[in-house]
Amino acid sequence: MNMVFNNETFRDDFTFRNSPRGIKRFPFPFHEDKYMYAVNMEPHVPAGPSGHAYNAPIDVDEHYVSEMRDRARVLKEDPLRCQALPHMMAAQWDTLELLMEQKVIGFPDLFSLTRDGDNWHWINKPLGIDQRFVFGDVTTLPYEPMEYITRQAQGDFCIVDQRDNQLWMDAGMVTTQADWSLDFDIGMNFMEWHGPVPLAHQIGVFDRALKFLLNLQQGKPVRRLNWTMTINPRLDTSPENYHKWGTDRLTVTAENVGNKVHLRCELQSLWRLPRSNAILFVIRCYLLKMEELVTEPKWARRFHRVLRDLPAELIDYKGLTRYRPTTVEWLSRFDDGKPTSPGIFPE
Amino acid sequence: MTINTEMPCRVTAITEVAEKVKRFRFERIDGKPMPVFSGGAHVVVAFQTDSGLRRTPYSLMSVPGNTSGYEISVLRVEQSRGGSHFLHDRLELGDEVSLTQPVNLFPIDQRGKKHLLFAGGIGITPFIAMMEQMQRDGETFELHYAIRDRKHGAYWQELTARYGSRVKLYVDAEKTFIPLDMVLGNQPLGTHLYVCGPGGMIDAVLGKATALGWPRPNLHFERFLAPLPGDAFQAVLARSGKTIAVGTHQSILEAVEANGVDAPYMCRGGACGQCETSVVSCNGQILHNDIYLEPQDKASGKKIMICVSRIKGEQITLDI
Repeated sequence: MNMVFNNETFRDDFTFRNSPRGIKRFPFPFHEDKYMYAVNMEPHVPAGPSGHAYNAPIDVDEHYVSEMRDRARVLKEDPLRCQALPHMMAAQWDTLELLMEQKVIGFPDLFSLTRDGDNWHWINKPLGIDQRFVFGDVTTLPYEPMEYITRQAQGDFCIVDQRDNQLWMDAGMVTTQADWSLDFDIGMNFMEWHGPVPLAHQIGVFDRALKFLLNLQQGKPVRRLNWTMTINPRLDTSPENYHKWGTDRLTVTAENVGNKVHLRCELQSLWRLPRSNAILFVIRCYLLKMEELVTEPKWARRFHRVLRDLPAELIDYKGLTRYRPTTVEWLSRFDDGKPTSPGIFPE
Repeated sequence: MTINTEMPCRVTAITEVAEKVKRFRFERIDGKPMPVFSGGAHVVVAFQTDSGLRRTPYSLMSVPGNTSGYEISVLRVEQSRGGSHFLHDRLELGDEVSLTQPVNLFPIDQRGKKHLLFAGGIGITPFIAMMEQMQRDGETFELHYAIRDRKHGAYWQELTARYGSRVKLYVDAEKTFIPLDMVLGNQPLGTHLYVCGPGGMIDAVLGKATALGWPRPNLHFERFLAPLPGDAFQAVLARSGKTIAVGTHQSILEAVEANGVDAPYMCRGGACGQCETSVVSCNGQILHNDIYLEPQDKASGKKIMICVSRIKGEQITLDI
């Protein structure tokens, strides 16, 4: 597959956009015409039509090079977006190995890894990286292993340690987040960092999810989709930078919905790591403009219905209050009331 | 959807390591590397016996980073359901077995400033892999290893040679015993304790540590329970609409699998919680042999861990 990488921005002039192929491959997060929290986890095995974001367990797409450039800028301004507690070094190496292996399996034209015992040779063609290093020896890489590889991997990454029948957020690289902070959450356990989520605690979602994840097995990763909305294609919607993006939500008008309002989908995958027994939690963010979304009639009908009927608590928690009515009104033009087919894939 | 990640393997070495203890080495038939694992992990070994397929969990004791093969050590237990007898008496070089991916229910706490290990008898096996890992990572540890006598004790010579004074050996026959008061009463803050061995030893170590004020999160133990033999009974599988017989030397889980029904499991030792099953009805008494369910769950009669628990009675109806 020949991949062309966009030269685009996720701030200032916001030149991000999806190609027609990029739209088709978007992991649309709604399998029915309504939405509520659920323990919606399934085996993370390759799936979907050819070219879909589900094809490779660690996905690389047309936004790769520009996203990595944006991550480098975020880190330069705020190094605390990447942190690892001292006991997480084995898990860092696990993460490096997993991401390198998966990239090579999914995209052999773009990445290669040659191993001779602990002497590894990594080539990343899109970013022009050719690195020889000793696996297990931090001094042979320009950064610690998690930071090294996640500067070359789309999505946010949390490594959670497992102790005392709990999961602990003890390392991470978080620059494309939907309004949460690694610096604030680091060291917290699963129940603590999910504390602010409304409704889900009461219906037992987190108790069941935790129990499920504590039993996550090596070789059997799982995935789920989560979503929110973002005004302008901004990856870094962090609490730290709230002053830069919070007011964007006041700028939505009937005229600019199509280009300004984005469905933000998180393809979350969870992997048991072999050396550390920790879990790698990948939160891969995909953005889709409303004008791109409505090019798929099924998605246009469905998203209109989901957004129109969303419970009030979720509207508030996801920060949609200000611009939801305008967006629902705009989307209604694309909903003729016809039934939609089950499942997330385009018709 | 079930993803099959089991690995067909061949027995490539069998070594007598002590009286009634044998070491088995397994390598993949497809020639691929084994997954890396973490010290304390186990695999479930599936092997074909005259009375059907058996699945038994064993701790991995080979070097965690060595992907050429996995090794386990097996004690020949007199009152077993026949798993250890089969491995000891019947399994031969070149035979085929199937291994699951490694699962770790007894991991090292990576925050530990020091790791204090207590092994009794064959309970030494997870520690062999853990010590390899700690040695590699430069961790501080010491092993207190109690054996019946020097003939029955496995690996004490090798471990003493490799780790020197970090290994303390205690021999029942020579009337030397772990001085629990002294060892547990004199440890630096941040020490984590791990114990694996006979039930009485685990209780003694945990009891003493608790009495001395050790924090609960610093205490780690592995207590594997073999399903106990019992009376035969019937299990009705409500969802799959089958009625199956559970034999005297068979667990419910094994009977379910033998009848072609897929049930989730991981440790097969009543510890992990994966095979928790809802009880629709039961006309007898449930014998809870697991260490997973809370006392109130056991008392409710609504849940059962089908890997180790069974009933005294005629019939149980399960939501499978």
